[in-house]
Amino acid sequence: MKTFSLIIVLLFGSLLVYCTLDFPSWGDPTAPASLHVSPRYIEQTLDETSVPNIVTAVLADYRSYDTMFETIVIFTAGVACIILLRTYQRKKQLGGMYRHVPTGITLRFKEDVQLPKDSKEFEHIDLEWVPYDIIIKTACRLIVPFSQIFALYVIAHGHHSPGGGFQGGVILGASVILFAISHNLRATLGRISERAVALLCGLGVFMYAGTGLICMIFGANFLDYSALAHLLPLSPVAARSFGILIIEIGVGIAVMAVMIQLYYNLASAGKHDEGL
Amino acid sequence: MIWQIELIILIAVVICGIGAIAVRDLLGAAILFGAYSFMMCLLWAIMGAVDVAFTEASVGAGVSTVLFVATVFRTSRRTKD
Repeated sequence: MKTFSLIIVLLFGSLLVYCTLDFPSWGDPTAPASLHVSPRYIEQTLDETSVPNIVTAVLADYRSYDTMFETIVIFTAGVACIILLRTYQRKKQLGGMYRHVPTGITLRFKEDVQLPKDSKEFEHIDLEWVPYDIIIKTACRLIVPFSQIFALYVIAHGHHSPGGGFQGGVILGASVILFAISHNLRATLGRISERAVALLCGLGVFMYAGTGLICMIFGANFLDYSALAHLLPLSPVAARSFGILIIEIGVGIAVMAVMIQLYYNLASAGKHDEGL
Repeated sequence: MIWQIELIILIAVVICGIGAIAVRDLLGAAILFGAYSFMMCLLWAIMGAVDVAFTEASVGAGVSTVLFVATVFRTSRRTKD
């Protein structure tokens, strides 16, 4: 069986490599794409949308419909992860591990205990015991805000430099994951709950599609942002640039939420109690 | 671009790709896959596709490696075959 699958893989691999020989070579000026498609965008993008980064303009304006469904694919991945992995267990685990913060002693209870409410002295920790490390916690506490600022910059500056909603959203999600790794899943769930993450997933896609619908209300095509000029004190060209920013923010929110969602479900095997 | 650097990175891509399939330790496979993504990111940057390189660096080398490691942590570390 193994040799059979190897033969199939090699056969199709060589077929694919053979087909790539028909492609125009990299940077070929006589390739069909370089003859009229690329020059059109290179010459007209700045005049039509006032966006210097042509890649962003093509992705979020000219090919906006495509990008919208890319976002929906990511949203679907988050939903599928919930459906496949999330388990709601009725029986709660008895007992648990607690750390007495002033002394650093770890306590394990075999039965349910009632700790004094709002006690700062005891901290609930995971059963798979991770040594308390002040260096890791402090370092991650320092890194997280800077990476979040950088992510916001990437989202907002996608018009002028490489970046945009996808990359910025992933960095935002990664900063939350970093927090979850350095502390624990319970602390992260206390800050960004499962419900909030699920709502943000939908909100991002809704912002994207809603912008398209607003454009339709003003009589333009779906996702033709120049119609936003009716709503805002902007010229139609500046409105296209502004519309790109709105949908980039929507994509960023959706991607961030899905990344956190995937991490929550994968790290805790769908139980949302204890993670890495 | 300097073709020697491209050649070295391409060889590293192939080695990482084959290694990620061949290695028995799934944690090692996840890390090798991250290295593969990073090398691909360098290749995209060399070819001038900076946006793609950025996406590859953040998604491929960053978050997906973390998700793989989290999954390995929750399941088993050894492959059956």
